[in-house]
Amino acid sequence: MPAVDGRTRPPPAPTPCEAKPLMLRFIIRRSLQMIPTLLAVVLIIFVIFSVVPGSFISSLMAEGRNVMNAEVLAHLNEQFGLDKPLPVRLWDYLWGLAHFDLGISYRTREPVWNVIEPRLWPSIKLALTAMGFAAAVGVPLGFLAALKPGSVFDTGTMMLAVSGLSVPEFWLGLLLMYVFALQLGLLPSFGYQPGSIRHIILPAIALGVSPMALLARTTRAGVLDVMNADFVRTARAKGLSEPRLVRAHVARNVLVLVLTTLGLQIGSLMGQAIVIEKLFSWPGIGSLLVDSVATRDIPVVQGTVIVIVLWFLVINMLVDVAYAAIDPRIKVT
Amino acid sequence: MSGAPSDSVRADPVLSVRDLRIGVGRNNELLHGVSFDILPGETYGLVGESGSGKSITGLSVMGLLKRPLQVTAGSISFQGEDMLKLGRRARRKLRGDRMAMIFQEPMTALNPLATIGRQIAEMFVIHRGMGWSEARRKAVEALESVRVPSPEERARSYPHQLSGGMRQRVMIAIALACRPDLLIADEPTTALDVTVQAGVLELIAELCKAEGTAVLLVSHDLGVIANMCRRVGVMDRGRLVEEQDTKALFENPLHPYTRGLLAARPRLGSRPVAGRGRLTELDEVVADEERGREAPTLTTPRGLRLEATA
Ligand SMILES: Nc1ncnc2c1ncn2[C@@H]1O[C@H](COP(=O)(O)OP(=O)(O)O)[C@@H](O)[C@H]1O
Ligand SMILES: [Mg+2]
Repeated sequence: MPAVDGRTRPPPAPTPCEAKPLMLRFIIRRSLQMIPTLLAVVLIIFVIFSVVPGSFISSLMAEGRNVMNAEVLAHLNEQFGLDKPLPVRLWDYLWGLAHFDLGISYRTREPVWNVIEPRLWPSIKLALTAMGFAAAVGVPLGFLAALKPGSVFDTGTMMLAVSGLSVPEFWLGLLLMYVFALQLGLLPSFGYQPGSIRHIILPAIALGVSPMALLARTTRAGVLDVMNADFVRTARAKGLSEPRLVRAHVARNVLVLVLTTLGLQIGSLMGQAIVIEKLFSWPGIGSLLVDSVATRDIPVVQGTVIVIVLWFLVINMLVDVAYAAIDPRIKVT
Repeated sequence: MSGAPSDSVRADPVLSVRDLRIGVGRNNELLHGVSFDILPGETYGLVGESGSGKSITGLSVMGLLKRPLQVTAGSISFQGEDMLKLGRRARRKLRGDRMAMIFQEPMTALNPLATIGRQIAEMFVIHRGMGWSEARRKAVEALESVRVPSPEERARSYPHQLSGGMRQRVMIAIALACRPDLLIADEPTTALDVTVQAGVLELIAELCKAEGTAVLLVSHDLGVIANMCRRVGVMDRGRLVEEQDTKALFENPLHPYTRGLLAARPRLGSRPVAGRGRLTELDEVVADEERGREAPTLTTPRGLRLEATA
């Protein structure tokens, strides 16, 4: 973790040439620190899926594709390694993981990575678009609301923010689909086309509204906080105009406060996207996860969860790097 | 007890405050008609307990009172111009340029995310219309003038990399960057280590003397005032209760409150016990004073001693 030192006086600021290896070292160390987290995640998934009823084979039978005799069953169990005890399976899995091997999908019999990889970009694209929308709308809204606290605009924006936070994404998605696709016929209601902007609009908005509302509130609180700071009084005493004061002294300090929320939101968006991806038939990680859970395709489930967790960890690390870049009080070590 | 100073020949005051009233809304008054003049180049002291209204007086002169607080009556005349009738824009132009202010808390008074150099250079950019590179050069000079060691390097530092004393020097550099005619220093050394207080005060005195800058020095510390000012006003609960030449004030305090304030000064070696008297303690001291007890010795930051006689 980066350390904030408010009181102590560190040696003079590192020159750029010393700062770079420090940053690199920080990134490497943080990457290594992800390993225990990932191990824990793998362990938890393993335990959960060994406890919940049903397996890939039972889900095959549930589909009624074929009624299997005991011999076939045993063969399948052996083929997928399901006959081995849990610790052995866990060990095999971890051994594979150490070699960047996520295993073989029960369902498609392909390497799990080949199943996940084509889903990755659509998911990232959706998450980033949703977040871009959330930040582009939420941050300015919060800023404007805070500059005139108590005004009609402020009250209205904050009411909107509360509704944005409390409305379920699923319901919002349905509403957007109904209004813009079915009634107005302006936008496609589902599906994915690699280059299509029209297809991404509705799911991105459905996904982005709640982080947008959260960002609006955080930004507003941050601006009000910073505007009360002593250094803003100093800036006024220096004779700065209000717009200049906001640009030169308030904005960056607010950004530092908003960055945490921003990072946490981007990080958790992949997970939150599960419902929206399914609803809009978006071929991303989220819908893959839902499908794989339904069929008990455990290797794919595990691979997907690992990807989602990795995404969260990497975004968090990038946020810390961004902190160190913006705030001179924060040192990466 | 207000009114113009009684010396015979003098220039027009740089700042003239008349019957200044500050309130929260209309009915809740915090400052009840304060009047004083500051002459060009003069250092005028404003002393009083915490909460007596010194800071809001200084802030109102700058036009920096925050929302619930407002000037409800009176006038603030700066170089002959009524500040309260001046437009917002015109007043802002004066701020930092003709009148400047430094505050008590050097730890938080600077933007933590901007370099020292930039925060000083900003003054030259907004008031002198300089480009940033030229302004930065001037900023280094300004740092040099407040005797910050290795100013080139310090200009690239951030506030958290400087000690409290150094930060207050930076604040002084900012405040005096445009050579203002009036500097308002609100408890400039209160938050600093005792060891650096004297240096910062000396710096203010020296630079302002060199430029002929008038100073409104606000402090609750009589030692500081005694050292810096020739004239001093004593504030108590929103009123200016006494105004005197500093020497006369120490020799012959007229108002009982002033006598209490003098008596409440910590004696040498008894700092922790005496502390900085609160009003309740003060009342007791005033009572003692009036019974004719021996007056304590005052010690100023420069080690100057003043005998206070009741
Ligand atoms: N924003 C505010 N709202 C209401 N009262 C205030 C505010 N700021 C200061 N006051 C009151 O005004 C009085 C004078 O405060 P101040 O000028 O800060 O005192 P001093 O600087 O002498 O310690 C105090 O009683 C204080 O409680
Ligand atoms: Mg004060």
